[in-house]
Amino acid sequence: MIYRMGAALTSLLGLFVSAYLYLYKIGRIGTLACGSGDCETVQTSPWSRFLGVDVALIGLLGYAVLLVVALLALRSSQVERRPPALLLTGLAAGGVLFTAYLTYLELFVLHAICRWCVGSAAMIVTILILGLLELRRLRAGLA
Amino acid sequence: MAASPVGMKRFYGLLAAVAVVGIGLLGYQLSKPATVSIPANVQVGVKDTAGFHGYVKGVASAPVEITEYADYQCPFCQTFATLQMPTIEERLIKTGRLRWRYRDFPLQQHPFSRVAAHSAACADDQGKYWDQHQKIYDGQAEWAAARDAAPIFRQYAQANGLDLAKYDACMSGGIHAGRIQASYEEAVRVGVSSTPTLLVGGRLYQGRLDSDAITRLVDSLAPKTTSAK
Repeated sequence: MIYRMGAALTSLLGLFVSAYLYLYKIGRIGTLACGSGDCETVQTSPWSRFLGVDVALIGLLGYAVLLVVALLALRSSQVERRPPALLLTGLAAGGVLFTAYLTYLELFVLHAICRWCVGSAAMIVTILILGLLELRRLRAGLA
Repeated sequence: MAASPVGMKRFYGLLAAVAVVGIGLLGYQLSKPATVSIPANVQVGVKDTAGFHGYVKGVASAPVEITEYADYQCPFCQTFATLQMPTIEERLIKTGRLRWRYRDFPLQQHPFSRVAAHSAACADDQGKYWDQHQKIYDGQAEWAAARDAAPIFRQYAQANGLDLAKYDACMSGGIHAGRIQASYEEAVRVGVSSTPTLLVGGRLYQGRLDSDAITRLVDSLAPKTTSAK
C-alpha cells in the first residue's frame, strides 16, 4: 500500500511540474524559474512537441492518468489486487521510455538540460520503481 | 496489507496539502502582471523617424514599391503574410520587380499588436526582423489567445537565435515605442483606416488583394521585359 501511496503522491508532483511547463509553453507564465536558462532552450526547441502535441501537455495528461490509476489502486477493494499495480507499472514504464527519448534529445541533440525535465524524469523513474516494488510485494504475498 | 483508516486519512491529508500548495504556486505564477507593455501615443522623437521608413524587403532598383500598413494581430494580415506573401516574394521581390515596405498600423482593439510590433523591432536591432516578423504571423493563433503574448514572442526570439539579454533589454525598455507610433501616425496621414492596406504609387488599396492581383498590379505599373525570340 505504501508503494501505491508513494506513486500517487509522486504523480501529483509530476502533474504540477508538467502543468507549470505547459502554462509556460502556451504563454500563461512569463519566464521559467531555471537557473541555467537551458529550460527555455529546451521548451522552445522543435523537440518540445511530439507528433504535433506539446510534450508538456503529454506529461500533464500522463501524470493525470497515473494519479487516477494510483488512487483507484488504493481503494480497499483493489489494494491487494495485482491488475491495478500492473497497469500503474506498465504506464510508468511507457513514461520512462518516453522520458529516456527526451533526455537523449536534451543531452545529444540540444546539448541543453532543463532542470524541470530532470525533475520529471526522476519522478517517473520513482513511480516505476514503486510499481515494481508493489508487484514484488504482491508476488511475495501470494507465494 | 491494507492501511488503517487513520493511515489513509493521513495520506489523503498529505495529498490534499500538496495539491493546495501546487495550485497556489501555479496561481501565483498566473497572477503575475503582463511582462511587457508598449504604450501608445508616445511622443515621437527624431530618433524614431530619422533614417527609418519601415522594414524593407527587395532591391533598391526595383521599379515598383508597395508599402503595406498592417497589424500583427489582424487575422486578414496574418492570412496575407502566410498565404500570399510567399508567392509575392518568389514571383516579384526575389526577381527584382518589387520592393516591399512594411509599416506598423497597430489597431487599438488588438491588445498585443504593439508588443508584437515591438518584438519585431527588437529583432531588427539584431538583423532578424523578417524571421521574427514571420514567426509572429505564423503563430498568431497561439499568442492572440494568450493572457500575455510577450513570453511567446520571447520564445520566437530565442528560436530565431537572438541574443536574449539584448532582446529583453530592448523589450523592457520599450525603446521602439516611438518608432511604432510614428509608423501609425504616418498611416493615418496617408488615409489608412483598416488593415492590411497597401500603398502603391500614391494610391491606397484596402481589403484583401491576393498575390495574383498584386502581380497584375505590378505588371501594369512596370511591364515585364521579355527577350524577343
